[in-house]
Amino acid sequence: MSDRIFALAWLCVCALIITRMWLLDVPFAYEPVGPKAFPLILAVLMAACSVVLLARPDGDVAWPQLPLLGKGAALVVVLLAYASFFEVLGFPLSTAVMVLAVSRIYGGRTIPGALTGVSIGVLGYLIFDRLLQVSLPIGRIWG
Amino acid sequence: MDSFSHLGQGFLVALQPVNFLLAAIGCFTGTVLGLLPGLGPINGVAILLPLAFAMHLPPESALILLAAVYMGCEYGGRISAILLNVPGDAGAIMTTIDGHPMAQKGRAGIALSISAVSSFAGAITATIGIALFAPLLAKWALKFGPAEYFALMVFAIATMGGMLGGKPAKALLGCFIGLSMAMVGIDSGTGVYRLTFGNVHLSDGIQFIVVVIGLFAISEILVLLERTYVGSQVVKVSGRLLFNTKELLLAAMTVVRASLMGFGIGILPGAGATVASAMAYTTEKHLAGEEGDFGDGDVRGVAAPEAANNASACGSFIPMLTLGVPGSGTTAVMLGALTLYNITPGPLLFENQPDIVWGLIASLFIANVILVVMNIPLIGMFTRMLSIPNWILVPLITAVSFIGVYGVHSGTFDLVLMVVLGVFGYILRKLNFPTAPIILGFVLAELMEQNLRRALAISDGDPGILFDSGLSIILWGMAAAALLVPIFLRFRTRRAAAAK
Repeated sequence: MSDRIFALAWLCVCALIITRMWLLDVPFAYEPVGPKAFPLILAVLMAACSVVLLARPDGDVAWPQLPLLGKGAALVVVLLAYASFFEVLGFPLSTAVMVLAVSRIYGGRTIPGALTGVSIGVLGYLIFDRLLQVSLPIGRIWG
Repeated sequence: MDSFSHLGQGFLVALQPVNFLLAAIGCFTGTVLGLLPGLGPINGVAILLPLAFAMHLPPESALILLAAVYMGCEYGGRISAILLNVPGDAGAIMTTIDGHPMAQKGRAGIALSISAVSSFAGAITATIGIALFAPLLAKWALKFGPAEYFALMVFAIATMGGMLGGKPAKALLGCFIGLSMAMVGIDSGTGVYRLTFGNVHLSDGIQFIVVVIGLFAISEILVLLERTYVGSQVVKVSGRLLFNTKELLLAAMTVVRASLMGFGIGILPGAGATVASAMAYTTEKHLAGEEGDFGDGDVRGVAAPEAANNASACGSFIPMLTLGVPGSGTTAVMLGALTLYNITPGPLLFENQPDIVWGLIASLFIANVILVVMNIPLIGMFTRMLSIPNWILVPLITAVSFIGVYGVHSGTFDLVLMVVLGVFGYILRKLNFPTAPIILGFVLAELMEQNLRRALAISDGDPGILFDSGLSIILWGMAAAALLVPIFLRFRTRRAAAAK
């Protein structure tokens, strides 16, 4: 069932790619094969694979059930928030919060999680930004 | 011989203090990442690649670091296989069959030491093979025109589809998904925007590092949430730490055969360490016959898969270095690393960048010596790493992944896209899609399209040019065989089973 749903969804993606590429306006091309052909071939091949998958799907997938599914969703939210606030809050602060949240999701306790978070945030910033020249944001909110 | 002077030059590069230090760091980190269940070579290389790039390491140093991580993971995978009965990476699945019973019988030290030496022998055999054969193959590949190149890449994709798992449709679809993701962005030939959906951030395309970290670090974090293994099952290392001469002699021929087999499989694009170790194990079990103790703690059962998976990991560098077509998921990531440095992989690499190629080959020798030296005395420390709880490990991986991606592409958009791709990767992995083909497709896409367009520009649009030379016909034939033979074999075994 899961395979079939994915195959159907991917057929839609293929249709989207095909229409997008078909309608693409190429002002001039010096070569016989322009920018449209290769993506179109790929989309057709992907559609063919999806049809095979639709016709002969594998056995069903064990998706995580409710408590685990909730944790997974929470994890995705934390990761998206970490990505979104990475520049605004800066690496040390956003990392400390992220580490605490992720370690809670993974069954860690609050105080060790918070301590780990602060140390990864501060040490990570010092090691990577200062020592190894990998630029990390300090945070826009600090002015 | 020419190769020897080049190799000497390579050792000069690899033995520079910085590079040697990086190799040692890579070996250590690789072993740790390899022994942690869930994290394998492809994750390790993926996580460290952006860091190496963001630290402004020169290309040869970055490759040496990544190669050492790759090798280290192959060594580390066996530790958890033997002590925990959980393979640390896919190449170590077969090692659990005899390794864990050995550990339970109080022979863990012997299993660990014999597998370390087998890994070393396999890797060194294959590295000698690289030094001997890669330059020849590269010279031969110089004759490839765009049409031959295109056919070669089709062959690589076909072997991936045919060899990986039971579902060619999924492996192939994965490859095409990777190829299509690389289509996003401005087309270098005409300057039109493809599939950007009006998004400015996508005009440069989806960045390689974002795809790699999303698929191999973020999706792993999500998968780890479901994987609970109890740390208390770790078998304590007791008894003799080193094998004796009798055990070594018993395993010696096995190691030789498995190394050669692993090397041969590693060269094939697409077929990686998993296939090699499984084939070596079953061959040895078959050869030993009645007198073997396979499945119950035979030293040969540990030696065979370990020699084979290390040999195949090294062997997979050959197609990557000489043809620019990776032989495994991990070398696909490393190939992408080369393109980050604006180095076009392919046969010209041997002529234009001898420092990189030979430095890498020499560093494979050095990394393996470091690993075998490090792995026997430090085994106690490595086993203690198995008890790092996930609540520390996972946030740490997350932070390091974000540092890497931000270090290369400072921007919120790429971070968010990485998380989205991670969720996509998670869904694909739950659906049993192999992820290596996606990255293979993504890495090959640009060269594949360019070669197709170039070939058709030469022939003025006549697709006949793709099947014009003898070489390209052979490659197309091999591609067809790689796809059809496994299907045919499966059909036959099913019929045979039905007849019984």
